[in-house]
Amino acid sequence: MDAFSQLLQQLYFTSSNNEKSRLLRYYLANTADPDRGWAIAALAGTLKFEFFKRNAVKNLMLERVDPDLFAMSYDYVGEMSETVAHLWPDTTSNIELPGLADLIDQFRQANREQVKALLVHYLSGMTAEQRWSLLKLGTRGLRVGLSARSVKRILAEYGQVPVSEIETLWHALSPPYRELFDWLEGRADKPDITGAVTFHPVMLSHPLPDNSAERLTVSDWQVEYKYDGIRVQLVVTEQGKALYSRTGDDISESFPDVLSGVDECGVIDGELLIIHDGEIDSFNALQQRLNRKKPAKKLITQKPAGMVVYDLLTDGNQDITALSLTERRQRLEYWLSRAEARHLQLSPLLPVSNNKQLQQAYTDAAADPGVEGLMLKRKDSSYQPGRPSGQWFKWKREAQHLDAVIMYAQRGHGKRSSFYSDFTFGVWHDNTLLPIGKAYSGFTDEELKKLDNWVRRNAVGRFGPVREVKKELVVEVAFDAIHPSSRHKSGVALRFPRFHRIRWDKPASEADTLTNAKALIIT
Amino acid sequence: MQADKWLQPRDNGLYCIAADYYIDPTSEVANALITHGHADHAMGGHHNVVATVPTIAIMQTRYGEEMAQTVQALDYGASIKLGDPDDPVSCTFYPAGHILGSAQILLSYRGTRVVISGDYKRQPDPTCSPFEAIDCDVFITEATFALPVFKHPPIEQECEKLLHSLALFPERCHLVGVYALGKCQRMILGLRSLGYHQPIYLHGAQRRLCDLYQDHGIDLGQLTDVADVSDKSELAGQIVLAPPSALSDRWSRSLPEVRKAMASGWMQIRARAHQRQVELPLVVSDHCDWQALLTTINEINPGEVWITHGREDALLHQLTTQGVKARALSLIGYDEDATD
Repeated sequence: MDAFSQLLQQLYFTSSNNEKSRLLRYYLANTADPDRGWAIAALAGTLKFEFFKRNAVKNLMLERVDPDLFAMSYDYVGEMSETVAHLWPDTTSNIELPGLADLIDQFRQANREQVKALLVHYLSGMTAEQRWSLLKLGTRGLRVGLSARSVKRILAEYGQVPVSEIETLWHALSPPYRELFDWLEGRADKPDITGAVTFHPVMLSHPLPDNSAERLTVSDWQVEYKYDGIRVQLVVTEQGKALYSRTGDDISESFPDVLSGVDECGVIDGELLIIHDGEIDSFNALQQRLNRKKPAKKLITQKPAGMVVYDLLTDGNQDITALSLTERRQRLEYWLSRAEARHLQLSPLLPVSNNKQLQQAYTDAAADPGVEGLMLKRKDSSYQPGRPSGQWFKWKREAQHLDAVIMYAQRGHGKRSSFYSDFTFGVWHDNTLLPIGKAYSGFTDEELKKLDNWVRRNAVGRFGPVREVKKELVVEVAFDAIHPSSRHKSGVALRFPRFHRIRWDKPASEADTLTNAKALIIT
Repeated sequence: MQADKWLQPRDNGLYCIAADYYIDPTSEVANALITHGHADHAMGGHHNVVATVPTIAIMQTRYGEEMAQTVQALDYGASIKLGDPDDPVSCTFYPAGHILGSAQILLSYRGTRVVISGDYKRQPDPTCSPFEAIDCDVFITEATFALPVFKHPPIEQECEKLLHSLALFPERCHLVGVYALGKCQRMILGLRSLGYHQPIYLHGAQRRLCDLYQDHGIDLGQLTDVADVSDKSELAGQIVLAPPSALSDRWSRSLPEVRKAMASGWMQIRARAHQRQVELPLVVSDHCDWQALLTTINEINPGEVWITHGREDALLHQLTTQGVKARALSLIGYDEDATD
């Protein structure tokens, strides 16, 4: 455990990716199984505990510290593990710590009450740095500046194999990854994962660079709508089936209706949407299904989920990712005809044969509330996990803008800890401001400092961690779309709002009104 | 007479009405009492300044000999009378243990004693006289690190960390961000006390104040200006002290394989270290941590506590819970990051 704790500290404070890779490879080479496998699981976010959770830690802490002081400390530090690491009462003697695998095993074997006892035992016998490492384990997402993808890249460097091979294997393997290390260190063949129900890393697109549409050779590109849903992957094999989010989370339980009635083997890439008899509903409708772990029957009937499918990675048992998009598309169409699933529908190809038609398709898509814009994919593109350059582009509708007034501010987390970086803004309605959204991006680090300073000087009230500020600062917010919403007092909800410009010069009275905002709703 | 009748927070800082003196004013005023030489407390341009001898020397080093029209030096323990001679405010300085020359100011008027502690700490510091607890009716305290998460380790531990890193990475130049006044000299002495007697290298901004400390009888050992090193590769495996702003500056590019460190109380919060891309955070503070603040207030046991700048909410909450009468003054203009 101590070696792992030291690794985390070093990774956290190292900014160079090469240096991080060197640190991790050194750790892997000098740490035995199964400890190193569990370290990889922790770093890549595949380690889960049933009872060792953030809330359990928080409750134990609250038994030991004044709740108000805890709240103020957390607000300032911006991260739970670190807050607790510092706040936990110091004891004089540090205890001998078990190895990482042993420690993880203890937590996995323990029931709810035993986990509490374990936490108290270890937290009380550790240094603040060790506490932080332990708590990071339990709260998932270590945030030491190493993404799951980087971990795979470093594993590939460690074993001198292509990273794509690790990507393909990854979701079929589980901690402590002995068979993976056996292969990487040349003691065994590559693990065989044929037929396993497992997530396949997805291929992502880049935003289309400004003014580049007119220079495209249109005949090289497949043009489709960009749907306003969430990206999912449907996996069907002889051993079973599952639905995954684009990050590989298994969301089958939340969407049993998508899986039902599909028995044709394959790995299908597509968009999850609410579809009523072929009619696509809004993102708002989908939102009512998202984050419901087990939806009620009634909700499923009212908001039936389906997929618009646009790619095929595995046809039956055959990996076809090396084929061109055009070939995969033909396979997809044939697969769909065999699958005979009414809630799966094909993403139509837009008939575009020259740049003028492409521009027109974009203009039409921008006026269509059901889609976000266009997808342009090279017809000869193979299916490559990650975000390969020049292959797929998303061409989203131009952002819309409103001048809104900052109403509340909250401190950020992670690297923005201690800065006021989360802002609630509103627009005018009958001489009062109504909040219409929250934004925490779109400003530079320099602007963030200025905003933080402004909040400190203009705070007029506080509600827990939230500061109310003088209604004086106008920001031009950009957002992808605005929709009617019954969940907000203002009656509207913004998609992906962010700062566009800070209008230090503009009087708040000249900010936009709710009427202006509603006029931007596309119907 | 109740203290809040003759001592009040104003836009320019804390103002003593009965004496017509500001304490650490944040813009130019007629009469100023200065607790210590950090720039956010000691501005240039006041008409009349009262401070300790080292504080005056620091201000003159920074702002020139003409930093004020009249200057009056006051030693620790000595008193002067301010305001109306028939109804005077008595003013006495006591050591605050923050940096060289730092003082607490005791103001006594019509039988009420108020101690303005300025910035202070309780950890041992060989560069200045230790804090003295002064009996008073109102104790005015800072709250820079007033959250229970703040626990300042002994400086030896942090200096050892630096020396350990030096042994581990002998090819890398260890560039340590330290504030030029106080932190810089304290770090040097911390390293010397662990037997580190190599030359310590200085960024140009650190030189004048190090000389000033040496003039006040504090031996810092051999110091060399980085500017005087013609072959910068000689700085591999050496310690360079620079202002925090120089850590990411072009200036540091000439140094070989820089390992960035920073000595500050804020370094205890990882994200703060991360924001500055510090690889080796050293938790060294010239302020009190949470426990030291509470211990001090407990020890002085004043009738009332006034809280100036920092995390006043938390300290106010804690003192109120303990049944200590307390209020927050909400003074603005003291830069929480500038001096620690």
